[in-house]
Amino acid sequence: MVSLVQTRLMPAIVIAALIVVLPAFFPSAYYYRIGVLVFIFALAVVGLNLLMGFAGQVSLGHAGFLGIGAYSVAIGPVHFGVPSWLCLFGGAALSGVVAFIVGRPILKLKGHYLAVATLGLGLLLAIVLTNEARWTGGPDGMSVPRLVLFGWSARGATTWYWIAGATFIVAFVLALNLMDSPTGRALRAIHDSEIAARVLGIDVARKKVAIFVISAMYASVAGSFLALFNGYVTPDAAGFLRSIELVAMVVLGGMGSIVGSLVGAVVLVVLPQALTVFHDYEQVLLGLIVMVFMIFLRRGIVPSLAAAFAGRRK
Amino acid sequence: MMILEVERLSVSFGGVRAVDDVNISVEAGQVFSIIGPNGSGKTTLFNLLSGVYTPDHGVIRFAGETVTDLEPDRLARRGLSRTFQNLQIFSRMSVLENVMVGHHRHEDTGILADLVHWPSVRRQNAATRELALAALARVGLADEARLASTSLSYGALKRLEIARALASDPKLLLLDEPAAGCNPIETQEIDRVIRSLIKDGITVMLVEHDMRLVMNISDRVHVLARGRTLAEGTPEEVRSNAAVVEAYLGDHGSKEATRAFG
Amino acid sequence: MAELLQFISSGLTVGAIYALVALGFTLIYKASDIINFAQGEFVMLGGMTTVFVAMAGVPLPLAALIAVVATTATGLALHRFAIEPARGASPVVLIMITIGASIFLRGVAQIVFDRRFHSLPPLLGADPIQLGGAAILPQSLVVLASATAIVTLLWLFVDRTLLGKAVIATAANRLAARLIGVDTRRVVALSFGISAAIGAVAGILITPIALTSYDAGTLLALKGFAAAMLGGIGSAAGAVVGGVLIGLMEAFAAGYVSSNYKDAVAFLIILVVLISIPQGLFGRAKVERV
Repeated sequence: MVSLVQTRLMPAIVIAALIVVLPAFFPSAYYYRIGVLVFIFALAVVGLNLLMGFAGQVSLGHAGFLGIGAYSVAIGPVHFGVPSWLCLFGGAALSGVVAFIVGRPILKLKGHYLAVATLGLGLLLAIVLTNEARWTGGPDGMSVPRLVLFGWSARGATTWYWIAGATFIVAFVLALNLMDSPTGRALRAIHDSEIAARVLGIDVARKKVAIFVISAMYASVAGSFLALFNGYVTPDAAGFLRSIELVAMVVLGGMGSIVGSLVGAVVLVVLPQALTVFHDYEQVLLGLIVMVFMIFLRRGIVPSLAAAFAGRRK
Repeated sequence: MMILEVERLSVSFGGVRAVDDVNISVEAGQVFSIIGPNGSGKTTLFNLLSGVYTPDHGVIRFAGETVTDLEPDRLARRGLSRTFQNLQIFSRMSVLENVMVGHHRHEDTGILADLVHWPSVRRQNAATRELALAALARVGLADEARLASTSLSYGALKRLEIARALASDPKLLLLDEPAAGCNPIETQEIDRVIRSLIKDGITVMLVEHDMRLVMNISDRVHVLARGRTLAEGTPEEVRSNAAVVEAYLGDHGSKEATRAFG
Repeated sequence: MAELLQFISSGLTVGAIYALVALGFTLIYKASDIINFAQGEFVMLGGMTTVFVAMAGVPLPLAALIAVVATTATGLALHRFAIEPARGASPVVLIMITIGASIFLRGVAQIVFDRRFHSLPPLLGADPIQLGGAAILPQSLVVLASATAIVTLLWLFVDRTLLGKAVIATAANRLAARLIGVDTRRVVALSFGISAAIGAVAGILITPIALTSYDAGTLLALKGFAAAMLGGIGSAAGAVVGGVLIGLMEAFAAGYVSSNYKDAVAFLIILVVLISIPQGLFGRAKVERV
């Protein structure tokens, strides 16, 4: 039993060790900053992967939940004087509630129809955030007060590196747990054959909504972190391009590979940073890289590498 | 006791009456087969019985309760399971995991417990695994448990679906062409599995084209043609029914008739 | 009354453009099951290329022609170098490829052109025509007439030519089409070419009214995609109706509610429609076969 737990959680242990060791090789504080962004995005991507890679339900509007999380920690403290940490949980709860309410009718849709419905949902949230300027500061966004815990204020990339890293590991372990559980098996079954899942007694609609709620809450927490870390938030956090970015990270890393979620986030966070030296050519290169990756590693980086490795060992 | 009673069941698709005014009563503990030429509505009937389709008219009673408009998952939780003519395997999962999903309706861990892997989840996983292995052993797939489901042969996949349905511990099991595409040895294996199910008190409904299997194993045979009931009776009665022979000869040529009745 | 007429005219104009974008989506989807998210970039390329070629001193009609040809070539290249090599990939992967292409094309436009907003002179002058108290832009009429012409031409092509029949056959059943000798690869390439050309024309038509820039394609693609879904994806008539409906809804929302929320209203209605009629207005409900 003990060994079984260890193999299941092995990736989490390895990654946790990496998170701890890596800073020793960071030449400057800038690298902490990259690390924080990677963990925050990976957090949202793990959640989205639970929905897309395991349950097989596409969401092209997931940044909407990122936006709810981000604006919760902005609006709550600024307009109502509620402590940030409480707003973080409040935002996650709110995201969960929104996902619960819209999830049931939306998740009945399939394929491209689901894609356009989630797209519409994300856009609606982004439009509300842009237009309710009295609360959100409109297109220019608003500044976000620092996270204060027990009188201690979380600031600086180094501090956030540990906060985001630890949270990511927790989220990662929860995702691994879920997949190796009755719920996880039911979700994977739904992905492969909804009809077979139903005749085996799985309440497909309820399971889909449940995973939609969980993945929305993952995105919300990531959004809150992003806003607290940056110290400001704009409606771009909830925009279509953000949603696409999250989907790209899932697909690039590998649908259904939780380790892949981290890899996808690493690639798409680090790459644009590296490409900024090319100034005007940044978008061209980014688009090109996404295309090339998708054409040649269509199963995603981690599953493709795993298959190649397994092939060689044979 | 009648485990399943169907009264005046009908459904149409685009003007075509796929199942037309069918009455069926299945006694618990028996093998009840549905036969008929291609396109006679056998699979549609199974889809109605398992809740995949909703009938236009008629009543379905399962274990004494009316279940006509119930969703498939609700029916499954009352103990009705099925397999599919066109395989519906969970292809991204291992053989064992496929069968473990079958046990889902008896698993009682909540999603929060699943997230933190509460000890109850671990116990549940272990129990489900044992049960799934036992179900695989019953259909002769115990050695393949760890394999990817996609690596199994067609005949083995048919049995995998039976094991998966078994793991849900059904009272009534609908098998849709379990022997289609199977070689004689595999068919023999299916025959053996069905007999063992009956011994355990599971009622089996069978849609099958392999007449040798049907005539060997069935307590009662119900014949459909163009969605309507043509005849029903014991295998002997059906075999000697002129209308049935006619339907097979007319629609299907002598080959199948010979195979069926010769 | 005058107000209503005003909203209808602006709604129809922008709706016609959405309809053309939706038609582009539908054509490619019919031929290949791919949702091409670079469709909006075709529209952008049409407008921007015309602007820059005209600025170089080429007469406007010739500039427009060059833009259509260049965009068509881009569409064909997209198929040849990005879609064709990924044949057989999953729908999500194909969508990601077209999204990558869309980012790439936007990047290219930034470099080749610039990051500013541009306009074109309207074809029939800029003086509004007074009609029942509403001021209607002559360019609106040009847009409507051209969109109608394109839809008619496309219909004639599909209905009356052998190649058009090949497209229908491919859409209905790819394997069967291949068996009777249709070169389905060419049909898919053709669908990309035609979609790009239609997109380019839409871009040229709308630029005098709505301005264009390197990133003008994104929102257009989203609206066009939504219009195609509203009509029921894969239905050409549905695409046209969906586009016009979204254009009208937006115009009314902007007029009677708030122009800030015009995009929201369009997407809200799409959500409601999809939830109540999951297969879209013109799509056919499917019976699950097992």
